[in-house]
Amino acid sequence: MSAPVTRRAAPGVALLVIALALLATLPAWVGNAYYINVASQILLFAVFALALNVLVGYGGLVSLGHAGLFAVAGYTTALMLQAGQGHLAADVAAVGVTLVVSAVFAVLALRATGIGFLMITLALGQILWGIAYRWANLTNGDNGVNVSTRPAPFGISLAGAQSFYFATLVVFLLALATMALFVRSPFGASLRGARDQARRMTALGYNVWLIRFLAFLFSGFWSGIAGILFVYYNQFISPQIAALQTSAEVLLMVISGGTATLAGPIVGAAIVVIMKNVVSAYVVRWNMVLGLIFVAIITFMPEGLVPGSARLWRWAWRRAKTPQKTAPQKTTPQMTTPASRGDRP
Amino acid sequence: MTALLVTRLAKSFGGLRVTKGVDLAVEAGERRLIIGPNGAGKTTLFNLITGEISPDGGSIRLFGADITNTPCRRRVHLGMARTYQIITLFPRDTILRNVTLALLGLSTLRWNPFVALDLQHDLAARAHAALARVGLDEIAERPLGETSYGERRRVEIAMAMAQSPRLLLLDEPFAGLSIDERRDVQKLLRAIPRDVTMVMIEHNMDVALDFADRITLLHFGEVIVEGTRAEVVADPRTREVYLGE
Repeated sequence: MSAPVTRRAAPGVALLVIALALLATLPAWVGNAYYINVASQILLFAVFALALNVLVGYGGLVSLGHAGLFAVAGYTTALMLQAGQGHLAADVAAVGVTLVVSAVFAVLALRATGIGFLMITLALGQILWGIAYRWANLTNGDNGVNVSTRPAPFGISLAGAQSFYFATLVVFLLALATMALFVRSPFGASLRGARDQARRMTALGYNVWLIRFLAFLFSGFWSGIAGILFVYYNQFISPQIAALQTSAEVLLMVISGGTATLAGPIVGAAIVVIMKNVVSAYVVRWNMVLGLIFVAIITFMPEGLVPGSARLWRWAWRRAKTPQKTAPQKTTPQMTTPASRGDRP
Repeated sequence: MTALLVTRLAKSFGGLRVTKGVDLAVEAGERRLIIGPNGAGKTTLFNLITGEISPDGGSIRLFGADITNTPCRRRVHLGMARTYQIITLFPRDTILRNVTLALLGLSTLRWNPFVALDLQHDLAARAHAALARVGLDEIAERPLGETSYGERRRVEIAMAMAQSPRLLLLDEPFAGLSIDERRDVQKLLRAIPRDVTMVMIEHNMDVALDFADRITLLHFGEVIVEGTRAEVVADPRTREVYLGE
C-alpha cells in the first residue's frame, strides 16, 4: 500500500524541493534589490492569504474584514515602537491585540454563516478602518505612523532587502508548515466537516461554533503576523491598509489561486503582488489587466489556478497516454495477441 | 430500566402544533417502531429527542438523566446516535474518513491541530472495524461520491454504530433501497446487540414489523395507538389512519 502512495507523493515532493531551492537562492539569481523586495511582499501577502484561506477554504466562511486584523497588528507594532517600546514587546503586543480583536470579530460574525458572516466581517473591518482614519489622536489619521527601524533578531539586522527577505521566508515557511499540519490534523478535519455538514457534525458530537471560533483565532493569528511583517517591510502604516480594498485583494488571492489548497493562496498572492508592483510599471491600466486575469481564471478554472492546472495536467496526461495504449491494437491487432507474444505454450 | 422516557413533549412551528403532548417510554434493549402517515410528526419527534430542535414543553430522559435542555452535541456524548431520513454524509471524503469523523466526534483528539489525522492508527483501525461490521471495509478508501445509495445507508449505520451508542435512532433506514439492499440493511440491524436500544421510523411495514418489539402510531403529532405488533395491527384506529382500510 505504501508504494503507490509514495509514487503519488513523489511529484509533489520534487516540486516542493525545487520551490524551496528557488526560494532559498532567490536573492542570488534575482540580484536587484527591488525584485527581492517584491519577493518579500509576495511572501508576506502569501502568509496573509494562507491565514484567510483557513476560514474561506477550510471553514467555508468568507470574510471581508481581514484587512482590519492585518492593520490592527501593523498599527499596534507601529504605535508601540513609536511609544518607545522594544521590537519584541511591540510584536508580542501586536499578536495579543490581534487575537483579542479576532475573538471579538469571531463572536460577532459567527452569529451567522454565508452572506451574513460576510456582511458582519465587512462591517467590522470598516469600523476598524474608520478608527484608523478618524481617531487621529491615536493613529495619526491619514498621515499614518512611521516605523524608524526594523528589528535585528539574534543580532542580524533586517534593514537590508536580502536579510529582510530571508526573515520573511522563514516566517512564511513556518506559516506554511503550520497550515500543512493544521489541515491534516483532526482539528482540520473537524473544520472541514463543519464546512460541509454543520448539522451532521453537531449530531456527531462536535461543537461547531467552537471549532469555527478557534479557526478564526488561528486565522487571525497569522493575519497578525503578516501585518507585523507588512509594517516592518514598509516601515509605515496608514488607514489605506485597513480599507475594504485590502480585504478584497487578499480574498481574490485566495479565490484565484484556489481555496482549500495550500499552494493556491501563495500563487494568488504572487499574481496580485506582481501585477501591482511589476506590471503597473509598464501598463498604466494594470488594474484592468488584473481584473481580466481574474475573469479569465473564474471562467476557465472556477476552482482556482492551482486545482485548475492540476486538472488540466491530469487531462493532458491521460490524453498523452491513451493513444500509446490503443494505437497498436487498432493498427496491428495481431501483434498484441497472447499467441503472437509467445504467451501461449 | 427505561432507556428513553419522553413526557408530554410539545412543539409548535408558528401556529402549527406538530407535537402534542407525546408520551413515550422505551425500555433498555427494546426495538421500538414509530409509524404514522406523512406529516404525523415522526421526524420532528426524533429532532426533539436528539436536541436538534427545542421543545416548547415536556421533558426527555435518557437512562434516567434529564436531557431536555442538553445541547444536541452533548446528547451524543451521553450515548445517543442517529441516522437521517435524507442521507447526510460528507461526499468529498472517503468512506473511511466519514466513519473516522464519527469516531472523532467523541474523542478529545478532535481538538488537536498538532498531529496528522492519517497517522492515528488506532482511530483508523476502529473505523475499519466499524466498516467491516457493515461489509464495507474493502471499499473503505473509496470516495463517498462514488458509492451507491445502499452503500451510503450502510455508511450511516456504520457511523452511528462506531459511536457505540446506548440509544440508536433510525429515521427510515430502508427508504429508497432496492430489495437486496433492504435485506442487507435488515440483516445489519438484526445483528446489533440488545445492549443498544433502537427506535426506528419506517414506512415499509414488511421490513419494519419484523424489527419491532413494540409499535407507536403517531397521527397529527399525537400518539394514538401503542402496543405490541399484534395489538397495533389489530387496532381499528391503525387501519383507519395508517393502513387505509
